[in-house]
Amino acid sequence: MTRMLSPGTTAPDFTLPVTPDQSLSLRDLRGQPVVLAFYPADWSPVCGDQMALYNEILPEFQKYKAEVLGVSVDGPWCHAAFARDRHLHFPLLSDFEPKGAVAKEYGAYRDKEGVCERALFVIDEEGVIFWSYCSPVAVNPGAEGILEALENLSKKGQSHGQLESSRRAS
Amino acid sequence: MANLKVPVAPADHALGDEQAAVTLVEYGDYECPHCGRAHPVVKAVRKHFGKQLRFVYRHFPLTQIHPLAEPAAEAAEFAGANEHFWQMHDGIFENQDRLSVPLLVELTEELELSADDLPAALESREFAPVVKAQFLGGVRSGVNGTPTFFVNGYRYEGMNEFEDMVEAIDAVLAEHQSGRKRVG
Repeated sequence: MTRMLSPGTTAPDFTLPVTPDQSLSLRDLRGQPVVLAFYPADWSPVCGDQMALYNEILPEFQKYKAEVLGVSVDGPWCHAAFARDRHLHFPLLSDFEPKGAVAKEYGAYRDKEGVCERALFVIDEEGVIFWSYCSPVAVNPGAEGILEALENLSKKGQSHGQLESSRRAS
Repeated sequence: MANLKVPVAPADHALGDEQAAVTLVEYGDYECPHCGRAHPVVKAVRKHFGKQLRFVYRHFPLTQIHPLAEPAAEAAEFAGANEHFWQMHDGIFENQDRLSVPLLVELTEELELSADDLPAALESREFAPVVKAQFLGGVRSGVNGTPTFFVNGYRYEGMNEFEDMVEAIDAVLAEHQSGRKRVG
């Protein structure tokens, strides 16, 4: 397994299909926290529960103005069917071609199985990785880690607000 | 793994003695088939341990995949506000295969609660905040699906089968008793 990108690293930008005819770039979300949830596959029981959970917690993520993105190597039509079946209200990105290229950049790809790790990243407003976590592939990592990271991020934003704005100005 | 972040409090729905050596907390979803299967197991476990065990149930409805989980949870809270939480809880799980809003109303009638009040309470979402608070407490405790059990605040990772749960609770009881001996 390649090493997962750690906090403090600039999150590699990417553009991935979000529907069969639309794509989304990480840089478009600059200015708000992003939760990037890599997961092995649509339809498998654990991922289903994990995505169902995030779906349920969306209002909490939104309190922190965070955008949640699911990423797997499934194609956009597969994602569309999965999202429709599970009533998912957040984007699922297809790291489909070249297969797993984004996951590999984040160190969140399982070469042997050819799928994404169950890896979570919280990316700050500036596009820097603030928190990351890789869960055993069969274990649903839940959401408490993400919520805690978002909370810490918002606290940091408040206390370092001045510092951040002066840095931006320079 | 994560532990229970929201301690058991008087507002919780609890069965059994407050002084019981072991408290089993379940986060459940009334439309979840795994919770439905765990329901008789929990009953048997409670019977097995008698006064040594207190059982607490908290709501964790995954409403996007289980559209009836939320009204069912709110109906249980409605019954709870009228001192009939556990009757409603049992009624829902025991009739899970035909869970529907009319069933919830029917169960309310069986409990001799006013049948008109439940639809009104569901309509006004009177009990939604209570259910939401329990759900969010579960999220904070690392609940990631249902059912999730905690034994004396520690997450139970075993199978939701009678023997497995008894074994885990026995271990906690043994620890509790040896701890008491040390203190005494």
